[in-house]
Amino acid sequence: MVIATENLIADLQSTFGTALSNFEEPYGLLTFQTNKDSIIPVLKYLNENETYRFRFLTDVCAVHYPTTKELAVVYHVQSMENNFRIRIKVFIPESNPKIPTATVLYESANWQERETYDFYGVIFEGHQNLVRILNVDDMVAFPMRKEHPLEDPNRIDKNDTYFGR
Amino acid sequence: MAHIQLGNDSLEKETTTLNLGPTHPATHGVFQNVLEMDGERIVSAVSTIGYIHRAFEKIAEHRPYYQITPLTDRLNYCSSPINNFGWHLTVEKLLNIETPKRVDYMRIIIMELARISDHLICNGILGVDTGAFTGFLYLMQERENIYEIYEEICGARLTTNFGRVGGFERDFNDIAILKIKKFLATFPKVMKSFEELFNRNRIFIDRTVGVGAISAEKALNYGFTGPCLRATGVDYDVRTANPYSSYQEFDFEIPVGTNGDTYDRYMVRNEEIWQSLRLIEQALAKMEKEPKGIFHADVPAYYLPEKQDVYSNMEALIYHFKIVMGEVDMPKGELYHAVEGGNGELGFYLISEGGRSPYRLHFRRPCFIIYQAFAEIAKGSLLSDAIVTMSSLNVIAGELDA
Repeated sequence: MVIATENLIADLQSTFGTALSNFEEPYGLLTFQTNKDSIIPVLKYLNENETYRFRFLTDVCAVHYPTTKELAVVYHVQSMENNFRIRIKVFIPESNPKIPTATVLYESANWQERETYDFYGVIFEGHQNLVRILNVDDMVAFPMRKEHPLEDPNRIDKNDTYFGR
Repeated sequence: MAHIQLGNDSLEKETTTLNLGPTHPATHGVFQNVLEMDGERIVSAVSTIGYIHRAFEKIAEHRPYYQITPLTDRLNYCSSPINNFGWHLTVEKLLNIETPKRVDYMRIIIMELARISDHLICNGILGVDTGAFTGFLYLMQERENIYEIYEEICGARLTTNFGRVGGFERDFNDIAILKIKKFLATFPKVMKSFEELFNRNRIFIDRTVGVGAISAEKALNYGFTGPCLRATGVDYDVRTANPYSSYQEFDFEIPVGTNGDTYDRYMVRNEEIWQSLRLIEQALAKMEKEPKGIFHADVPAYYLPEKQDVYSNMEALIYHFKIVMGEVDMPKGELYHAVEGGNGELGFYLISEGGRSPYRLHFRRPCFIIYQAFAEIAKGSLLSDAIVTMSSLNVIAGELDA
């Protein structure tokens, strides 16, 4: 069974309607956007559909867009039988970074969501143990957000203007 | 802890909390497991990681592309070249660079050597954890030979910083080719004697069969890839599913296990070593048929020019300056590229908004995802079995923490 991209898009659009948008294929990987209310139903549909069988959550991460004050949570799911990958993006506002957890579908989302929370402060609602994973527990900042400096900005012993740090 | 129950037939009066790590010799890396023990049986395990977190993703957002290669070295430091080439392949995909066939074959030789060295360490140490030191020493000598090949080609041994975007920094010299051929000639004998020591060894079988087993369904749900997934019987390998670097031209098999236990993981890794040897032999033969002296793609804007040209050629000087200073403007794009690392699918999710450094770079690190399952696998097993399980999952702290 080989999935035809057009059929998959048509099927998803007929099932979820306007909840899905911005279908594109950068570098051959089907990408679309959805909203935080639809993300779990979409993942569930893709997971449980017997033809598509997107049973494998490859990756969860976030991207920060300070200009629009948004965070994008990016899911990569994969159907091993069909050898097909999909990227799903959900844009959530920086001021209210909440999204339902995918751990109800995939165990592998557990630490990946903790990592995303740790670095971007995305709150995965319903996650059993949403605590920091790689950074120290008493850290207050979310260090991968763009406004967080790479190094202590008060340092005066380093001048790396030319190397653009 | 009130929710932790002793077994019905337990002779213990209360459970014991045991800190395994962060610097326990049996964990082979800096991470901690807080185990709740009922005698020698694990009632619950909580993994704490992040002890060597180095913020590579943050650093990568501030560095030009070529300076990210040394960061990838330090992910899975047992097979650095795979990480390096994975990154180069990602950037090449972004730039639409097509590498010459000879470069692909050269990369395959190095990547498969790296895979062998990764599996050698894992299986050798699995032997040590089950109480057999000899096999480990056999294999360490062979890993040394692989590192000598690296050294001959790129000058480094462990954190290799192999190659450049577009190819290699220099061609394989005669000594390197000689060393690869010598390795191909001598290694199978050592590998055979290692297998003779372990494969049908009663103690080894008793220690590993049925230990740390996980079903295929569970493994997929936990995001397993690589040898740990293949041991459960799923034949997923990025090299065949989404071939990169001309893997589609090669003839090799994907070994799979049946039970997903420690023994199967060991056997899958062993078999993969043999398959890697086949790949190296084929790649070497194919490489010799290609025109000599080609070791990088012709992309002057991204590939550092020859040093003597820099002194005599205006264009070369400009490119040299721009590349070294990291002032190369990259195209916009968003892509995910995966390679088959030593432990599974090593993915690079790259967003470029133009400019000198990535807007966002995320490493999909197989260890990080696989290791989540440890708490569940270890639950109910003996402490000594949990150590062997951890060893066979091949958790590398560098890849765990990024």
